[in-house]
Amino acid sequence: MIDHETCRKMLSSLSEYVDGTLEEALCTEIERHMADCENCRIVVDTLKKTITLYRNSAGRGSVPENLRQRLYHRLDLDEFLDL
Amino acid sequence: MINHPPSGTLSLEALRTGDRAEFARMVETYYQPIYRLALRMLSNPQDAEDILQETFLKAYRGLGGFDGRSSLSTWLYRIAINEALMFLRRKHPELVSVDDPVNDGEGEQQPREIVDWCCLPEEEFMSSEAQAQLDRAADSLPASLRVVFVLRDLEGLSTRETAEVLNLSEMAVKTRLSRARLRLRDELSGYFSERLQEGKQP
Repeated sequence: MIDHETCRKMLSSLSEYVDGTLEEALCTEIERHMADCENCRIVVDTLKKTITLYRNSAGRGSVPENLRQRLYHRLDLDEFLDL
Repeated sequence: MINHPPSGTLSLEALRTGDRAEFARMVETYYQPIYRLALRMLSNPQDAEDILQETFLKAYRGLGGFDGRSSLSTWLYRIAINEALMFLRRKHPELVSVDDPVNDGEGEQQPREIVDWCCLPEEEFMSSEAQAQLDRAADSLPASLRVVFVLRDLEGLSTRETAEVLNLSEMAVKTRLSRARLRLRDELSGYFSERLQEGKQP
């Protein structure tokens, strides 16, 4: 990519396109362009995959052990720890 | 995945009047998402824990004046984000603030990496090395983009909610999210295209 003028113009719309929030006329334009532009299709596919990977990783990792106890203690809420 | 803790059962009235039991229920409801948010912003567990504690201390002092115009979660996120950004500014004064315009005249950064790595086997994406790469890429974003990306794509806030938390226009949220995602795509493409090459070697 991406010295092609259409590719350049489309780039700022791709994030909304993959969210499905882009207006229909622009979606059609992007889809028509992607049918002929392998590079833009790859950017869209890998952008979608990037977002999916991050969303899937969002709940990963637990909070440190005893974090809750330390927080309750700092907030003077020890009496509510077992509730 | 995405997590909006239910706040409907918390009594704003009790919280405003300083009811300790109700405050403890609020802490219980929100401490995990607030900690995750702080960790995503600061990338350091001890710093994130400090921000978590500071957020609830500030919240306790501020609840009396909380007018309920935004939701409780939006209000808490806002306190946590402000604390995290203040921390970052103290530690790295050279970093841009969330209020700075993000080179709006320059348009999007052009993609550097055009390799279709979506076809890699799923275990490539699940490896601890790949997950560490995801973290590194997110950490490399400037704070003004990272905060939008964390709220929208990791915490699952809507554009409107993110705009409210950060006191930005919805258009600014969309622009920053777009730039954050394109940068992350580029960063990950560098890594995953190497994995693809290695997989092809005999």
